[in-house]
Parts: sequence; C-alpha cells; structure tokens
Amino acid sequence: MEKPKIAFYWCASCGGCEESIVDLAEKILDVVNLVDIVFWPVALDFKIKDVETMPDKSVTVSFINGGIRLEEHEYVVKLLRKKSQLLVAYGACSSWGGVPGLANLFSREEILRCVYQETPTVDNLNNTRPKTKLNIEDIVTLELPEFLPRLLPIDLIVDVDYYVPGCPPTPEVTWKAIEILLSGNLPPKGSVIGASDRSLCYECHLNETKPEKVLIKEIKRPHEVIADPEKCLLTQGLVCLGPVTRGGCGALCVKAAMPCTGCFGQLDEVIDYGGKAISYFASILDYYNEEEVEKALSRLPDPMGTFYRYSLPASRLRGKIKIMER
Amino acid sequence: MEDFEPRIIVFACNWCSYAALDLAGTSRMKYPPNFLVIKVMCSGRIDPQFIFEAFRRGADGVLVAGCHPGDCHYIEGNYKALRRMTLLRKLLESFGIEKERFRLEWISASEAEKFVSIAHEMYREIKALGPLRIEEVSKIGEA
Ligand code: FES
Repeated sequence: MEKPKIAFYWCASCGGCEESIVDLAEKILDVVNLVDIVFWPVALDFKIKDVETMPDKSVTVSFINGGIRLEEHEYVVKLLRKKSQLLVAYGACSSWGGVPGLANLFSREEILRCVYQETPTVDNLNNTRPKTKLNIEDIVTLELPEFLPRLLPIDLIVDVDYYVPGCPPTPEVTWKAIEILLSGNLPPKGSVIGASDRSLCYECHLNETKPEKVLIKEIKRPHEVIADPEKCLLTQGLVCLGPVTRGGCGALCVKAAMPCTGCFGQLDEVIDYGGKAISYFASILDYYNEEEVEKALSRLPDPMGTFYRYSLPASRLRGKIKIMER
Repeated sequence: MEDFEPRIIVFACNWCSYAALDLAGTSRMKYPPNFLVIKVMCSGRIDPQFIFEAFRRGADGVLVAGCHPGDCHYIEGNYKALRRMTLLRKLLESFGIEKERFRLEWISASEAEKFVSIAHEMYREIKALGPLRIEEVSKIGEA
C-alpha cells in the first residue's frame, strides 16, 4: 500500500512549531516510516513548483503553522488546500494568529516605520524599505511577497479540517494528533485534536490546593514574586489563564511555577478567548468600587498582551478597528 | 454623516434597569428610537464576549445597565459586572473603540428619567462620532 503523503508549511511563525516536530525525537523515525513527506521547506529541498505539479487531493494531510501575513502565505496555503485531502492548523499562530497576531493593533505603515526607522538599533539613513520588486541594472529582477495589511488565522483564508493547539504543540499532543489522523477514524470537521476538551485546571496538579472561592487583592507579575510551586498560582495573585484555557499540555508551565498564558486557546463553547478570559479574571478581583478596581488593574500594564496573547486575530474584533472617515 | 442613525444595544437587568426602561415607556417619556434592548437576569450575566459580539455585528454603541451597588437581586452580580466592565474598557480602548460608545450605568426601577437622559446623551455623542466600521473578515481588508 502507498504511504500517506504529508506536507508541512510555515507562514508567519517563529519556527517553534517546526522545532516541535523535530522534538518528537526518535518518534520522528516512526513518522518517517509511516508516511512520505512531500513538502517541508524548513527541512527538505522541495520547491513550491513541485507542489504546483502535484495532482489535486494527492497529499493526505498538510500541516500549516503560522498565520497569514504575506501574499506568499496566502498563495501557498490555498495551493496546499487544493492539493490536500486534509488541512490542519498546527499551533496557536495558524489557529488564531498567535503572538505575531498582536501586530494587528498597528497599521502596516506603523509596523514598517517602527521596524525600519524608529527602532533604536536601526540606522537607516536612506529610509530604505523593503520593496516587492527590484530591478538590478536590467539583469535580474528580485521579488519579495507583499506584506498584507493584517495577520489572519488560516481559517479565514481556507477551509480548515482540524486544529492542533499550542505554542508550540507539545510532542505528546503532536503525536496524538498524528495518530488520530492516520487512524482513519476521524473526528468531526473543525475539531481540536490531540488536546483535551476540558480546561487546564482539570489536569493541573495544583488544582486541589485551590480554595472553593478564589479572590485576588493584588495582581502580581511573574518576575515580581518567587511563586510557591505547591500552591495554586491564582491564589498567589498571578494571572493564570488555566481556568479558561484548553488542557492537554500537562500543565507544563505551572509545573515550572509559571502561570498559564493561554497557548492552548479557547474551549469549544467560547467565541472570544480574551472576552472570556477577562470575564473570569476580573470577576475574582476582590474590590467593590471603580477606583479600587482601577487601582488593582493598574498592576496589569498590558491587558491586550495578557488576555489576547495568542488569539487577537481570531477575536470578534480581529485587532484595532479603523473608524470610518468623518 | 447627517443621516447616520446609530444602533445602540442595551443590556438591562431584569430586576431594576429593565423595569426602569418599561417605566419610561409607560410614562410616555421621549427618547431616541435607536436603542435595542436585551433583557438579562442580572448585569452579572453580561460576559464581555457579548459586547464584542454586539460591536462585531454592527452596534455603534453598547449600554450595560444594572441595579445600584448593594441592590443587586443576586447580591454580588453587579459588582462582578463593575469589575468586568472596568477591565473591558481598557481593552476596548486598545481596540480603538471610543469610550463614548460603551457605558456601564446603575439604573434603579424608578429611574426612568435617568435612563432617558443617558439615552439622549449617548445618542448625541455616538451620532457625532459616526459609525463603527469593522472590516469584512472573510477577506484581507485594506489597511
Ligand atoms: S439583578 Fe440587577 S444587577 Fe443583578
């Protein structure tokens, strides 16, 4: 029997998701035995034109990591959709935008100006900016893909069959997802695979130390305290997003006394991760008038980065809204 | 912009604020017809997700109304609303939504007049701001 064909592609991501595949360690050899990898830009020398020549639906599963930020991402992801039977959003960025998605708080111009002009370590006397085309003495033309106005999760561009969450997905989650996909016993389209259906608290080893009712007086940031690793981090004033985050990671961060930042994303019934997160977190602040609540919240300098760290482009509002010209 | 008529969603709790809105009607008080009211059992039921969803679906403003502190039918619901909406306000600001578009108010069952004056004020302010334009999400919008 022919082996299933697998493709991997990266869009706007840090490379951690690629790394996480390699982190399968010796299991990667099992993967290689079970499947043929037909496209993997970071590791193998296949080109986009090789994919273009493949028959439609000839790839069994494509794993996409990273959100859509360049024209090229859009092109390749649409191409892989056409060539694949199943398309999987692998990791937080392709599922909901991830950390690079926080750039949706700024316009393209603001981003380019910041990166190419205003950053203190940049010395750019000629105000050089990347161009999509450059002719060098009529001999060669160099091309770069267009930088899109916004970063989008891939499911706003193509149909996505499954999601594998995490920043990056842990090797266990990745392996479970691969097993599910190769088993032929597929869950309903749109499911999150490889992770849990319940919130992180259910699998957290500190859950039993959580009192019936948690109330916070003072918000603490991880660098300000040495957290007691034996006590629910929330009760120590740390913003732990475990209660509203999908489990499946085994509470790795909490085991290292770091609060959950939400990289496994929302649970099934939630429509806006950040909205849900602030709903839960604000309600446990132990204050009864606006000034006091304000004061407590002033200990949280970046609410957007805290509650939408991995999901701003997938939020209801997608990013900073532009108000119509008056 | 002249003929722009804002759409404003009101989330009103069953026990005080909704009764006040009812009273405004039965007392034939006049206020702009731009307010669409959604009754909820308590202001503590309002999840910030609802407000994001309202803006996403075309609301130009949102008013959350509940019982005065200490008067909530469920004792603590409005304190939870207060905490949530205070944090929500910070996020709305980062999303670029002007503060006039979102208000949390305590309106007791007898305060129909208070609701009416808030309604006039919100209507005026939001009309002056113009519509909220949230780009189409199915495609990549222009910057
Ligand atoms: S019942 Fe009115 S705010 Fe709770």
